[in-house]
Amino acid sequence: MYDFDWSSIPGALPILATGALITLKITATAIVVGILWGTLLAVARMSGRPWLAWPAAAYVNLFRSVPLVMVILWFYLIVPQLLRRGLDIPASYDIRMASGLVAFALFESAYYSEIIRAGIQSVSRGQVSAALALGMTGGQAMRLVVLPQAFRNMVPLLLTQAIILFQDTSLVYVIGLADFFGAAYKVGDRDGRLVELLLFAGFLYFLACFGASVLVRRLQRRVAA
Amino acid sequence: MNYHWNWGVFLSRTPSGESTYLGWLLQGLWWTVALSLAAWALALLLGTIFGVLRTVPGRWLPGLGAAYVELFRNVPLLVQLFSWYFVMPELLPRAWGDAIKQLDPMLQQFLAAWVCLGTFTAARVAEQVRAGIGSLPRGQRAASLALGLTLPQAYRHVLLPMSFRIIVPPLTSEFLNVFKNSAVASTIGLIELSRQSQQLVDYTAQPYEAFIAVTVLYLLVNVVVMAGMRWVESRARVPGYIGSK
Amino acid sequence: MIRFRDVSKWYGSFQVLDGCNLEVNKGEVVVVCGPSGSGKSTLIKCANGLEPFQKGELTVDGISVGARATNLPKLRARVGMVFQHFELFPHMSIRDNLALAQVKVLGRGRDEAVAKGRKLLERVGLAAQADKFPGQLSGGQQQRVAIARALAMDPICMLFDEPTSALDPEMINEVLEVMVELAREGMTMMCVTHEMGFAQKVAHRVVFMDQGRIVEDAPKAEFFGTPRSERAQLFLSKILHHV
Repeated sequence: MYDFDWSSIPGALPILATGALITLKITATAIVVGILWGTLLAVARMSGRPWLAWPAAAYVNLFRSVPLVMVILWFYLIVPQLLRRGLDIPASYDIRMASGLVAFALFESAYYSEIIRAGIQSVSRGQVSAALALGMTGGQAMRLVVLPQAFRNMVPLLLTQAIILFQDTSLVYVIGLADFFGAAYKVGDRDGRLVELLLFAGFLYFLACFGASVLVRRLQRRVAA
Repeated sequence: MNYHWNWGVFLSRTPSGESTYLGWLLQGLWWTVALSLAAWALALLLGTIFGVLRTVPGRWLPGLGAAYVELFRNVPLLVQLFSWYFVMPELLPRAWGDAIKQLDPMLQQFLAAWVCLGTFTAARVAEQVRAGIGSLPRGQRAASLALGLTLPQAYRHVLLPMSFRIIVPPLTSEFLNVFKNSAVASTIGLIELSRQSQQLVDYTAQPYEAFIAVTVLYLLVNVVVMAGMRWVESRARVPGYIGSK
Repeated sequence: MIRFRDVSKWYGSFQVLDGCNLEVNKGEVVVVCGPSGSGKSTLIKCANGLEPFQKGELTVDGISVGARATNLPKLRARVGMVFQHFELFPHMSIRDNLALAQVKVLGRGRDEAVAKGRKLLERVGLAAQADKFPGQLSGGQQQRVAIARALAMDPICMLFDEPTSALDPEMINEVLEVMVELAREGMTMMCVTHEMGFAQKVAHRVVFMDQGRIVEDAPKAEFFGTPRSERAQLFLSKILHHV
């Protein structure tokens, strides 16, 4: 039987905390940008104007059919070149964080956009008619009447997607960024205690995500009621 | 931009000379497809079992089903994969662990990725199966039992066939997810499609061609899977049932 | 044939059945009526063990339904049941709906089961619909198929749980006709229904339930002539007015 040795963990806590910070930073950025950009994409897709709807649909479908790992790699490859050229950043600057942020934000936007589109469609057509009948423009009806209702219905789904996103941030491992998981892996590899560190990381992820999903479910019941 | 495009690169020989770069791509595609199909089969099997467990009477079996779903849904896929690959062989009885480590590395990677993707996806399939069974009128179970069918027979002949027909659309998106998630296997060294793209970048220094080609292959897989599932959906359609055309 | 002895049932602390005594003899047609929530549907579902009960004794053809040792599937195979919402299996053709339990439960050969099913479909006037799916039939047709499906098992008695209450008014009669014919052939029947016309035509006894209790159990003539309990009188006047 395997001999567990958990002694590397206390010393590793500061490194793990730094990693957790990176995880949270990527998660938070992707949620904020994802919802904003996702809303624009959703509205564009439903605008009824082909020159808006088409590119938006293509964007969403492209990102939704490619693995996140691939997207992270794309941006690791492309963004640094663009940034270096555009902003004159020295070659020594660690570009992984920036490319990771961009990759997650743009990738998650596609998923958020689908959730938001479904949310908008769940608001009855009569609401738009009523808003237009009151003299609002199409944009006003969307902003003042439809979106507020849609977001209220969508909150549980948006949060569930956030939990998935939080878990997916561990994939920045592929570009060598030390998020919470990356940090745990590094310490485990360094001390030859990979088993303990992986189990420890998994356990903490489970606590965080299970706790969050219980809260989301509670919220969902309140929204439904 | 002074990038030098060269699509001919795919036809040139790899350094070892036994194949072209296009051959590498197709090999990567083969592993992606093999891994995903195998994992999907496992996921359907386990997902059906645990999904059914959540709907049977009593307390223990539904609890077991719920525990499975929560465990596999709330730990990142990458952590699960590394656990199967690095942790599991250590925790098994020594002889088994050693036997696994003796295997061909490629096979080790494939097995870990297969079990990981299968069990991970099973949690999602279980949720769909449970929802499908839950969406049937309660009287269906009663009517099956009233005819003298046993509970397993009721599931086998009435409840599951009908729920599966209902959940084809959400299962389609889970099936697509398996292909996308299979890219994670690249992290333990399985040379599937996305790993192959990295390799191509390293060897050819033509990153754009490599990424575009791999992206196109993933899109192609998507299109094929969706067409296939649409066919399944049309076959599964129940005449006169609400929601079918 | 069916005998309830002091049967009681609780959902948690809420009592749905309170000391019910009832006997349905061979060849008898007993109609159970009462306001909604009176426990009549629960009572009939106890008869084939679809609803468990906590107290009392219930036997069908001498076999105890509540006993642990009883093979419920085997017992249910001999007791036909028809549901309010038909509960045909939507993914199977009408033919397969009739054949499924014959093959899987009784072990009949498929050809035999299909032939038997065809005979019963003819009997309920739906032989032409064998290839269709339940969703393609009207409610009345579906319920007739459901009756045929139960009869295909050669039941010793039939339970009807509000068989017409989910039907549009114009379809009620086609279902009742089948039931009347069945009753006249001497089938033992326990029917939860508000169709008092049906009760007057073929019932031997009428049972009135209220708040989980059997308030009245009387021969048909007596029940419609001079119900003893006030509640039954009130209920009858409402329901007869309504009709």
